[in-house]
Amino acid sequence: MNIAMTLEMAAEAFPDRIAVTSAGASMTYAQLLAAARSAGTAIRDSGCRYVGLLDINSLAVPVAIFASAYAGVPYVPMNYRLTKPELEELLGRIAPAFLIADPAYVDGLAMPPGMRIVTRADLLDLARSPAPADLAPAGEPHDTAIQLFTSGTTGKPKAAILRHEHLMSYILGTIDFGSAADDDAVLISVPPYHIAGISAVLSSTYAGRRMVQLPNFEAAAWLDLCRNERVTNAFVVPTVLSRVIDHLNAKGEEPRCPALKAVAYGGGKMPLAVIERAMELFPGTGFTNAYGLTETSSTIAILDPDDHRSAMASSDPAVRKRLTSVGKPIATVEIDVRDDSGKSLGVNQAGEIFVRGGQVAGEYLGMGSVLDANGWFPTRDRGYLDQYGYLYLDGRADDVIVRGGENISPGEIEDVLLTHPAVLDVAIVAVPDEQWGENVGAAVVLKDGASATADELQQWVKDRLRSSRVPATVAFKDQLPYNEMGKILRRVVKQELANPPAK
Amino acid sequence: MKVLKAGTRLKSAVCDAEVMVIRATPAEVAMTCGGVEMIGMTDPKAAAAIDPAHAGGCLVGKRYVDAQDQFEFLCTKGGKGSLALDGATLTVKQAKALPSSD
Repeated sequence: MNIAMTLEMAAEAFPDRIAVTSAGASMTYAQLLAAARSAGTAIRDSGCRYVGLLDINSLAVPVAIFASAYAGVPYVPMNYRLTKPELEELLGRIAPAFLIADPAYVDGLAMPPGMRIVTRADLLDLARSPAPADLAPAGEPHDTAIQLFTSGTTGKPKAAILRHEHLMSYILGTIDFGSAADDDAVLISVPPYHIAGISAVLSSTYAGRRMVQLPNFEAAAWLDLCRNERVTNAFVVPTVLSRVIDHLNAKGEEPRCPALKAVAYGGGKMPLAVIERAMELFPGTGFTNAYGLTETSSTIAILDPDDHRSAMASSDPAVRKRLTSVGKPIATVEIDVRDDSGKSLGVNQAGEIFVRGGQVAGEYLGMGSVLDANGWFPTRDRGYLDQYGYLYLDGRADDVIVRGGENISPGEIEDVLLTHPAVLDVAIVAVPDEQWGENVGAAVVLKDGASATADELQQWVKDRLRSSRVPATVAFKDQLPYNEMGKILRRVVKQELANPPAK
Repeated sequence: MKVLKAGTRLKSAVCDAEVMVIRATPAEVAMTCGGVEMIGMTDPKAAAAIDPAHAGGCLVGKRYVDAQDQFEFLCTKGGKGSLALDGATLTVKQAKALPSSD
C-alpha cells in the first residue's frame, strides 16, 4: 500500500482525463504520473530526508505529494503564514530537506544546512525530464507518507505522522475507484498544509475527478471558478462558506452555480445560521458535514445531504438539531465516548471522543503512538452520541473550564450569548479565580452600532443557564483572534483575559 | 499455494495484471491469474501463456471476491487473464454508494 498507487491506477484507467487545473494551466493523469516519477527521481537522488512545501496551491502540489512517495521520503507541507521564528523552528526539524518554496516565503529566513530550495516552476521543470516509466514507489506501507505540523492552537506544533497504510485505508474505505463522472470537477480552496488539502488530492485522484485549485481564497473568485469551470464538488471551511454568502448578499447576486452537486464542509464549527442560509441559496446542492482530524487521516464522521434536508424540513426540534451534529461515524471507524476515568458513556452523555480504525494514525514524531492498548485514539474533542447515533461536538477537552470541581464547556455559554441581539461573536475561556480555581471569562464582540453592558449579558446567561455558567468577567473586544482556518485561538483569548492590558 | 495477507500486492505471471489483497482468511490458497499462480511484485514472469479457460481479463479499480465472500482483491492494474482462487473464478463486487466528504 502506497499513496502512489492511486495515481498509477488513475493514469491507467483515465490517462487523458485532466487531473488538475490551476491558474489556467492543466495536467492530465498520465502527465501527473510522469511528472511525479521524474520529480521523485530527482528528490531521491538529492539525498534529502524530507520534502518540504512553503507555498500556496499550484500544479506543483500534487506533483510534490506523489513525487515524495516515489522518492520514499515524507512530504511536509507547512503553513506559510507562520512567523519567521516559527518557520525557522519547523525548517530546523526537517533539515536536510528538498524545499519547494515561493521565494517570498523564505526571504530572510535563516536556513539550516543541507536544504535544497526550489521554486514551484523549478519543480515542474524537473518533472518534465524523462524518468524510468516503470519506477515503483519506494518504501513500505508502514513508512511515513505525510508529516503535518499541528496548528498549535494550544502550544508548540507537534509533528503528526501519517503512514501510507493509514491514508490508503481511508481512501479504500471511503472512495470507489473511478467513481467520478467525466465532467466532474472539485474546487480546492483549502491550503496545501491542511489534512483536507491532502485528502482532497488523494481522493480526487482515486475517484478520477478533476481538481480545480483556488490558491488564494476570495469569494468572487470562488464563485467565478465554480461557474467557469463547471465545478461539481467543493470542500470548504466554515469561514469560506460564510464569506461566499456575505458576498452574494452584499452584491444582491444569485449563486448561479447549477453544476454544483455537492459541498462538503469541515475544519471548524459551522454556525447554524450559515448552513441554513447556504441551503436556501443553493437548493440543488447536497451539503455534507465532515468531521475529522489530522491524526485520523481526515474524515471520521459524516452528516450527509439527506440528513441535512430532513433536518431542515423538520419541525421536530430533536431532528432539526441534527444540523448542528457532525453526523454518524463512517463505516470503517468506531467511535466511543468516555468519561475522565476512561469508562464508556451512554447516549446523550458528554465526554471525550475516542476513535479506532485503519485510518487512525494517532502518532507524533518523537512522542510515539498515543493510541491505547486496544488501538483507540483520544481526540481531545468533547462530545456525545445521541440515541440515533448522531455525534455532537462540544469543544476541546483542553478548553473545559473547571470551576470548583464542576466541568463547564464553553460551547453552551457561547451558544446562549450568540442569541443576544447585540452580540456578533464570543469566546468563553477559563480565567484564574482565587475562590474557584477557574471561572468563566467571556470575550465579546458587539455588532456594529449595537450596545450591551456586562451586567446585561451576565443576566442573559443567568436567565437561560445554571448560575455557575454566568461569566465572572466580560471583556469587550473589537475582534477575536482566529487562525487562517477559522479556528478561534483560545490560548490567545485566555492570555488576554488573564492579563488585561493596562488602561 | 500461499497464505495471503491484507495489504499484500501480487502480479500476474502471464499478463499485466496486478492486485492488492483487501481481505483474506489465514488459509493456504492458490491465487491465480490467467490460470497461473500469481507472484510477488519483484518476481520474474513465467514463460507460460494464459490458459484459455482463464482469459476473461480483469479491470483496474474493480474489486473481486470469492463465492464465500472471504477473500477480496483490488485490481490495481488490468490484464488479459482472469482472477481465480483455488480454480474458481472470482466475480466483480458491486460498488456500493459510499458516503464521502471529498
